[in-house]
Amino acid sequence: MQLSMFFQHLANAISLGSLYSLVAIGYTMVYGILRLINFAHGDLLMLAAYIVYYGRGMFHLPWVPSILLAILLTAAIGIIVERSAYRPLRDSPRTTILISAIGVSFLVENLGLVLFGGRPQPFPLPVFFDSGSAQEIGGVRIENVTFAIPVVTLVLLYVLLHIVHRTKTGMAMRAVAKDFDTARLMGIDVNRIVATTFAIGSALAAVGGIMWGMKFPQINPLMGMMPGMKCFIAAVFGGIGNIQGAVIGGFILGVAEIMIVAFLPSISGYRDAFAFVILIGTLLLRPTGLIGEKVAEKV
Amino acid sequence: MLEIQDLHVSYGAIKAVQGINLKVPDGKIVALIGTNGAGKSTTLRTICGLLRPEAGRILLDGDDITRLPPQDIVKRGISMVPEGRHVFPDLTVYENLMLGAYIRTNQKEVQEELEGVYGLFPRLQERRQQLAGTLSGGEQQMLALGRALMADPKMLLMDEPSLGLAPVLVQEIFALIERIHRQGKTLLLIEQNARAALTVADYAYVLETGRIAMEGTGTELLANDEVRRIYLGEVAD
Repeated sequence: MQLSMFFQHLANAISLGSLYSLVAIGYTMVYGILRLINFAHGDLLMLAAYIVYYGRGMFHLPWVPSILLAILLTAAIGIIVERSAYRPLRDSPRTTILISAIGVSFLVENLGLVLFGGRPQPFPLPVFFDSGSAQEIGGVRIENVTFAIPVVTLVLLYVLLHIVHRTKTGMAMRAVAKDFDTARLMGIDVNRIVATTFAIGSALAAVGGIMWGMKFPQINPLMGMMPGMKCFIAAVFGGIGNIQGAVIGGFILGVAEIMIVAFLPSISGYRDAFAFVILIGTLLLRPTGLIGEKVAEKV
Repeated sequence: MLEIQDLHVSYGAIKAVQGINLKVPDGKIVALIGTNGAGKSTTLRTICGLLRPEAGRILLDGDDITRLPPQDIVKRGISMVPEGRHVFPDLTVYENLMLGAYIRTNQKEVQEELEGVYGLFPRLQERRQQLAGTLSGGEQQMLALGRALMADPKMLLMDEPSLGLAPVLVQEIFALIERIHRQGKTLLLIEQNARAALTVADYAYVLETGRIAMEGTGTELLANDEVRRIYLGEVAD
């Protein structure tokens, strides 16, 4: 294999890895605060992609407003999901709320099939990201979108870490994640912090969904399923509840997936199965993930 | 003044508090003593809004605060120092203290409060960048106390401040409690260490299985035969 070929694959790998990271963060944030795997998270990707699709195609909005609209609406949907499907069950056993999450996921997917139709639709691309537009760097051809994804992810990650570690709201989020009751004694409105967490996680999923659409420009109502599962696995692999863990997990998963396809073409048909092998391996060998918090039951 | 009228609290079928009445006048130290399971913690958690009572009223300066959520109770000037090590272990000492001031918006006042708390607990200042989980038990207790003070409350509710501490630290904590009281805070204190609590308390209530069995000034109860036998572990003369 030529060196330029390797770098080609590496660029793709980094791009996919950072896309996974972005979506995995949403899983890990919600888990950190509610100890819940929000199975509907992947489906928010799909909703955001369709909002852009309709914003562009049906309402002829310019790019920036349609992307902002998709992010805001998806964040709002995240808040509504929490408010209607999770909050009423907050004091129920963990399994009940997990089943509710699976229910929300089915609901969103099937609602998507009914509203948008099952036929895949072409995702609109801005000129800058058209499949032809690419940069040649030392013989390696990198599509603009491949380059843009890690950049966007890095910027958002920086903003997110700033919010979590440098603002009052972020401090409250970390407090609520550790101890609901004591956080309430500080005067923190726990419901508001949980809603904020869902809004942030869902907004990141929206960005992920839009970039997903630009990278693989065909969208359908079930497009969120597989990325959702993989990013959930990435979050578990990295250490669920931990933002840095989700980023590392997503990154490794994406890189490994591309490298397997590139170097072991004979098993490339199993690229989706690879994530599940990692999940099983993690659960068997290191259930807390790479840099996960110690497993402590919340009391 | 905080006034509790005929308070009933249950956990499912278990009646933890069954009709207690008590008063905490401004500027006083009131103690609630009793054995494990007598309903002390339940009473405190109900006052600060973490538990909802079945019946009864809690009045603060005449206003009914019975069913307010905890964040509103804090805003009305009642701060709780929770039992044991309920600090946020993976936040720094400084962050824990700043969370105590979460409801306050005037940053200048918060900074002054922080100086005050550091003055009271110099060790917290030395360790301000350390994670709270790495502190010793006594230091965590002081952090919990300092954190509650950061809200500048009128009244502090203290849940077992001496629990699990070495005797020398118990003395230190009670000295601090008296010092905080002299700074003008009203205190409602629950304790298993009845002697220490009764020594500092202006007035005290003895709780038995969810009911008030006795009440009186600290001095009166310290002299009471039954209290001495059951709670102070003395043989009556």
